[in-house]
Amino acid sequence: MTERETRDAPPHRVGLWHVGVVVSTNTETPTGRSIVLDVPGWGGNLAGQHADVRLTAPDGYQAVRSYSIASAGDGDRVELAVDRFPTGEVSPYLVDELQPGDELELRGPLGGWFVWRPSQTESVQLIGGGSGIVPLMAMIRSHTASGSTAPFRLLYSVRTPDDAFFRSELDTPNPHLDVTWLYTRRTPDGWPRPASRIALADIEASAFAASLAPAVFVCGPTGFVETVANDLVALGHDPQRVKTERFGGA
Amino acid sequence: MAVISRGFTGRSREHNPELPPGQYLTADFPVLSAGPTPDIDTADWQFGIRKDDATLHTWTWDELHALPIEDIDTDIHCVTRWSKFGTSWRGVSLDTLFAGVEPSDEYVMAHSYGGYTTNVPLEDLLGGKAWIAFEFDGEPLDPEHGGPARLLIPHLYFWKSAKWIRSLEMMPSDEPGFWEQNGYNMYGDPWLEQRYW
Ligand SMILES: Cc1cc2nc3c(=O)[nH]c(=O)nc-3n(C[C@H](O)[C@H](O)[C@H](O)COP(=O)(O)OP(=O)(O)OC[C@H]3O[C@@H](n4cnc5c(N)ncnc54)[C@H](O)[C@@H]3O)c2cc1C
Repeated sequence: MTERETRDAPPHRVGLWHVGVVVSTNTETPTGRSIVLDVPGWGGNLAGQHADVRLTAPDGYQAVRSYSIASAGDGDRVELAVDRFPTGEVSPYLVDELQPGDELELRGPLGGWFVWRPSQTESVQLIGGGSGIVPLMAMIRSHTASGSTAPFRLLYSVRTPDDAFFRSELDTPNPHLDVTWLYTRRTPDGWPRPASRIALADIEASAFAASLAPAVFVCGPTGFVETVANDLVALGHDPQRVKTERFGGA
Repeated sequence: MAVISRGFTGRSREHNPELPPGQYLTADFPVLSAGPTPDIDTADWQFGIRKDDATLHTWTWDELHALPIEDIDTDIHCVTRWSKFGTSWRGVSLDTLFAGVEPSDEYVMAHSYGGYTTNVPLEDLLGGKAWIAFEFDGEPLDPEHGGPARLLIPHLYFWKSAKWIRSLEMMPSDEPGFWEQNGYNMYGDPWLEQRYW
């Protein structure tokens, strides 16, 4: 540890790698699944935080990637949801290979900014693309679990109806959550909106207006987040209230 | 005490001595920022260095471009674990900008358009180690990568290379900036993996 770190380190430390054991997995989409882990010593996380996941090969080679946490609250259970990036190093392993009983390492929770706390009372607009739903799902769950009455809205953009993570949970009626589905490649039969990428008009039609000063959380692939965030600012949202999490990629 | 992940073999097996520990190479240029990308007209752009005694030195876009411009070829390392080799930039060295500014303090807070902040020791900005960069790969810097101008401090994790740079403020002691208040290391040396608190 450097002198600087010792002298100025803020009070909380991320600390060591924890060993997590896979409790269950659930196929969510043709390319993605959720993974529930038991991580002794984890101690809970805020909605919206992420973890670093570390894999170690038998020869000692290691790879680490960040994954948002779909669960929130106290305890040692952690749920992740991962979309397979076909030529990727880590995500195909997590989606196709990992089984209940397997171990992997996690560090965190990380990030104290892209988070929603149950003490927040303002309206919340969530906008997610693909696996970008993951930290937003944690916020929705935290909202429900805490009995918060803050109005929540979600705009969720997926390729086709099959590509939605957490579909049944999101389809469960929730008086404090309003969900708008957007499809970019194929819609359900009889769906009024043709398949296309999210546009300013979608946000204008379905999201809380800027005049309500909602807290806004946008998460997904870089291009998605970039487009949505620019549209939100064009619609008058205060950039300070628009929080983004970019998952990388196109 | 790492646990072995059953069935994981990994992909990039070669050790590259130029790659800091825990990093992997990418050919893309990923974008990571905390909020929307600000839209800044170079006609309104201004860069300033503020001293502890409130003296402010400022440069307009044209004034910055009238200074000696350097080509910078360097590797960059993001705390989210991607590294990119041989990136090429053009910009003005902080040595040039500090030439007429007698430093008042050892620490600096970088402030960006849009409100982002990050802290850096002054010595990490001087001695040919940092620039105000406005070109990437022969083109004006894209807004999503920090255009019109960003700080470039290649020897630290890239969150220190504040996008949309607006000013540097000298401080008598080290104070955490935006990500530093949100869990990131105060210094950020990629070779020491100074990622988090
Ligand atoms: C804070 C944070 C949270 C994240 N949370 C999640 C999450 O909850 N679920 C999830 O599935 N992913 C998440 N990601 C992305 C994840 O960390 C990995 O980048 C992703 O799983 C790909 O890793 P890989 O090892 O399979 O591919 P790699 O071997 O790392 O990548 C191969 C190539 O694909 C590119 N690439 C990486 N990610 C993407 C992408 N998403 N789309 C297109 N191209 C890409 C890379 O730039 C590289 O060129 C998150 C990223 C961050 C920074």
